[in-house]
Amino acid sequence: MSQPFRLNKEGLINRNKKISFTFNGKKLFGYEGDTIASALIANGIHLVGRSFKYHRPRGFFGAGVEEPNAKLQVEFNGHSEPNVNATEMELVEGLSATSQNCWPSVNFDIGAINNFLKMFFPAGFYYKTFMWPKSFWYKIYEPFIRKAAGLGVASIEKDKERYEHKFEYCDLLVTGSGPSGLASAYAAAKNGAKVILAEDKPRFGGTLLTDDVSIDNLSGKDWAEKIITELKSMPNVTVKNRSQVFGYYDHNMLVMFERVSDHLEKKSKFTPRQRLWYIRAKETILSTGSIERPIVFGNNDTPGIFLSAAAKEYMKVYGVLVGKKPLIFTNNDSAYETALEFKKNNVEPIILDTREEHSSELIDEAKSKGIDIRFSHGVIVANGYKKVKSAKIGKLNKDKNSFGKIETVDCDCICVSGFWTPSVHLASQSGNKLKYEEKIDAFIPDKKKQHETSVGAANGSFTLEESLKHGFENGSNLSAKITETKTEISIPNVNEKKYGAHDKFWCMPLPKNENPKRFVDFQNDVSVSDIEIALREGYRSIEHVKRYTTLGMATDQGRTSNLNGLQLVSNIENKIVPEVGHTTFRPPFTPITIGTIVGREVGMEYMPTRKTPMHEWHEKNNAVFVDAGAWKRPRYYKLGSETLFEASKREAKNVRENVGICDVTTLGKIDIKGPDAAEFLNRVYTNAWMKLPVGKARYGLMLREDGIVMDDGTTTRISENHYHMTTTTAQAANVLSHLEYYLQIVWPELNVNVVSTTEQWAGAAIAGPKSRDMLSKLYPDLDVSNEALPFMGYKEAEFFGVPSRIFRISFSGELAYEINVKSDHGMFMWEKMMEVGKDFGNQPYGTEALSTLRIEMGHVAGPELDGRTIPSDVSLNGLVSKKKDFIGKNSLGREAFNVESRQKIVGLIPIDRKSSIPEGSHIVQDQNAKLPNPKLGHVSSSCWSVENNNPFSLAIMKDGKNMIGKKFFAVSPLKNKSIEVEVISSHYVDPEGKRVRS
Amino acid sequence: MLYIKCPYCGLRAQKEFSYGGDATVKRPNINEEVSSEDWDNFVYMRKSPRGKHIELWQHIAGCRQWIKVQRDTATHEIFQTAKVTEEIR
Ligand SMILES: [Zn+2]
Repeated sequence: MSQPFRLNKEGLINRNKKISFTFNGKKLFGYEGDTIASALIANGIHLVGRSFKYHRPRGFFGAGVEEPNAKLQVEFNGHSEPNVNATEMELVEGLSATSQNCWPSVNFDIGAINNFLKMFFPAGFYYKTFMWPKSFWYKIYEPFIRKAAGLGVASIEKDKERYEHKFEYCDLLVTGSGPSGLASAYAAAKNGAKVILAEDKPRFGGTLLTDDVSIDNLSGKDWAEKIITELKSMPNVTVKNRSQVFGYYDHNMLVMFERVSDHLEKKSKFTPRQRLWYIRAKETILSTGSIERPIVFGNNDTPGIFLSAAAKEYMKVYGVLVGKKPLIFTNNDSAYETALEFKKNNVEPIILDTREEHSSELIDEAKSKGIDIRFSHGVIVANGYKKVKSAKIGKLNKDKNSFGKIETVDCDCICVSGFWTPSVHLASQSGNKLKYEEKIDAFIPDKKKQHETSVGAANGSFTLEESLKHGFENGSNLSAKITETKTEISIPNVNEKKYGAHDKFWCMPLPKNENPKRFVDFQNDVSVSDIEIALREGYRSIEHVKRYTTLGMATDQGRTSNLNGLQLVSNIENKIVPEVGHTTFRPPFTPITIGTIVGREVGMEYMPTRKTPMHEWHEKNNAVFVDAGAWKRPRYYKLGSETLFEASKREAKNVRENVGICDVTTLGKIDIKGPDAAEFLNRVYTNAWMKLPVGKARYGLMLREDGIVMDDGTTTRISENHYHMTTTTAQAANVLSHLEYYLQIVWPELNVNVVSTTEQWAGAAIAGPKSRDMLSKLYPDLDVSNEALPFMGYKEAEFFGVPSRIFRISFSGELAYEINVKSDHGMFMWEKMMEVGKDFGNQPYGTEALSTLRIEMGHVAGPELDGRTIPSDVSLNGLVSKKKDFIGKNSLGREAFNVESRQKIVGLIPIDRKSSIPEGSHIVQDQNAKLPNPKLGHVSSSCWSVENNNPFSLAIMKDGKNMIGKKFFAVSPLKNKSIEVEVISSHYVDPEGKRVRS
Repeated sequence: MLYIKCPYCGLRAQKEFSYGGDATVKRPNINEEVSSEDWDNFVYMRKSPRGKHIELWQHIAGCRQWIKVQRDTATHEIFQTAKVTEEIR
């Protein structure tokens, strides 16, 4: 179990704790603090996957978020997660990782044949290849691509983990704990600002952990530790590692993804796996650093080829060598640090520098240490299939486009550096238009759009001295504006190596007759020739080139490929890069789990559940519930083995014959008070309200300003200036906002107040011919005769000692009452009613029976008041006053509302008196007519009429009033039914409304 | 998510508010004769400007007051908020 590539002492890992894991079934071990990548490299494993299109062998390329290749299927802590970045995922005991983009195995992959058939996979191959014939897509192309191209597999198991959301506010959010981030956070904290410092990696310090620098005579790493320790001790500072700020939204809202416990072997039941932070920051410091970009050359995707800074990070953070015979290929000084680090660990590198021979602090140091440096040189092509074995290198002529001597050198890894690209994604997301900085060949933030300030490498400053200075200054100034306190901080002394100028060189030319693939985007397998093809085929906009070639469209968002792609386009098009422009940066910066986005809003917590005070009784009595918005309402009460149909028929029939009670607590209730309340109602409702006496209820209809019916319900005058309005369950919130709108904005001169009292009252309807008898038993001391409490009458009385309101209103068409008591007394009321009602054959009824009763009476409800009907459509024009003005009145005169053939509500019965008519059926003249068959109307509500013992439906039909007696077909393609129907009146039972008045 | 300053409650998250459309539209007076054209303009016709827009929002999960918000429809920048009885210049 030796680790051939692990150094003896370097690194920040915990060598006292071994962690065992498996890769493609092979048992391996690493140390606490390793990533999957560092542990595999320590074990000498580089081949981890196959590329997306050509199935070429791929290894690690980076050491963090920039990684384009090493995406694994990882099982750990009971999860199976696809597309996990091996360079970011920390090793945990028992973790098992597998290569995902290969079949049958990473070593022998059938799809690799694509590599030899690459003429079939040019740019735009998705569009060209898989489009025709269309029928092939589902059966042939899609399954084939899925199997061969793989990618990971999402788990189909229920996710047992806990995810949380957190809302936080701060003065300053600092995104990244490199030198500029630490300095900003420190300065702001000293000014007393509320600071959040977020670091994506497990370790704080950013480049301070890997760069050979000193600050105030401390190593970069020690200085970072000192600052972090002090920040952690301050009560106004929150310091978070494993936390990536991935999105910058409006009004300085940033979203952060915290990996709370993925790295833990054991955790408490209540520790979330991951947490999403919504952070509203007054100011934001973007200290996201920069990412090294590669130089493009032949077969540059071969395993063993790394970014040079990644190679250095593997040595310094993980104590791991990416190879023992390294070639360093660079156009700038930073890769010399990698070479020196190899040298320090007794590995002899060769440096190929595209620049002509010159001198700088780092070059001189490398020379003095005896490192083999070859100026004006570069790698032409890497040799080796599953691992780099050697490289063909060439001396570049002055034109940088032709070669002098070409030779082959042995190597086991190539560390490449094409200079640095600032990570400007958050700045871009904030709305900042980026600008191209010629000096560094990359985009940096321009004028700020929100409260964001980019510092350090994210702003294109690549020296430590400058980064610290900008950090301290900006952190101090931005926070001082908020806290109005300024603490002087002396900027520390810095010792760092001075870099010389870089070479504006990004792609190696090829010698004549050589044509290896030169990849720009590894994750999506986009090569130089693909981009050339796209441009040849006429694509010009960078956004189009991106979509056609898929350049930068993989999960790594082109972090290592975008700028090289832009360089290529601008070279071919003979434009400068800023004219080509850049593509859009979108959140999230790296993939995040769906679980985190969802948070705790799963299952029962998806939305609040509203229960009436009588809910427990319903539960105990076999109620089957139905959702009405957030409310749970009994749909029916199941007796024995009854079906929904049988139970609702029994319940409805009992109301028609005896008496039933129904929980109507969910109806919207609004209290309306004030001297102008009557005038207000008169404007809100279509009918007259000025003369309603105290102690009386009235049915009212309200419209929107466009004349469409908004809601209906009864409103009762409780006292002179006090009304109680009811709305439908569904419209309760809308109606309240509607009333508030008119009172606050349109008619502020009306002295009226409205407030929702839905939750304050429990309601029960008592309906049926025996309801008065039952009521008299419930209120033995009250005169409930037709004379004393007539239809639409109202009384207040004690219900077995508790205050109650009695409304004589009916939704079922039967003699009926509605009793309201304070919510706390709801259960008491219900149980009393059940007890007293026994003698009268009382049974509870649910919403299904409720619907049956109202449908056969022709009472309209939600399905008829569907946002498309005006009062006359639903036969409610009798409620529309001709004398007064009201909301929506002017719209009722519109021509379309008054044509002779205007739609109208009708009743439908099946000719066979047996077949139920599905709701939503279309009404047509001829069921066999050629499509499109003209639609004459639609079925809005259906029931089994308990009164007439056959199906009955309500429908909205064109020219409905002239259709009575005619026969049509109700066709439901969904249910594959066509039923011959006869049109009748919508009032199927008691059309004169005698019962409610009896 | 927008950050809206309710003139009654202070800065609150957008999820506490609901949107109410153009605040400059004035409803014709009740009980007064109105031409079809004026009525149609009130009910249906709205400008959809790119840029500054004075609009209504209701603080439904707070004080329930309707308020005026002057917002840039392209950038979401909020320039000013006010009570409905106040003018936005
Ligand atoms: Zn408010």
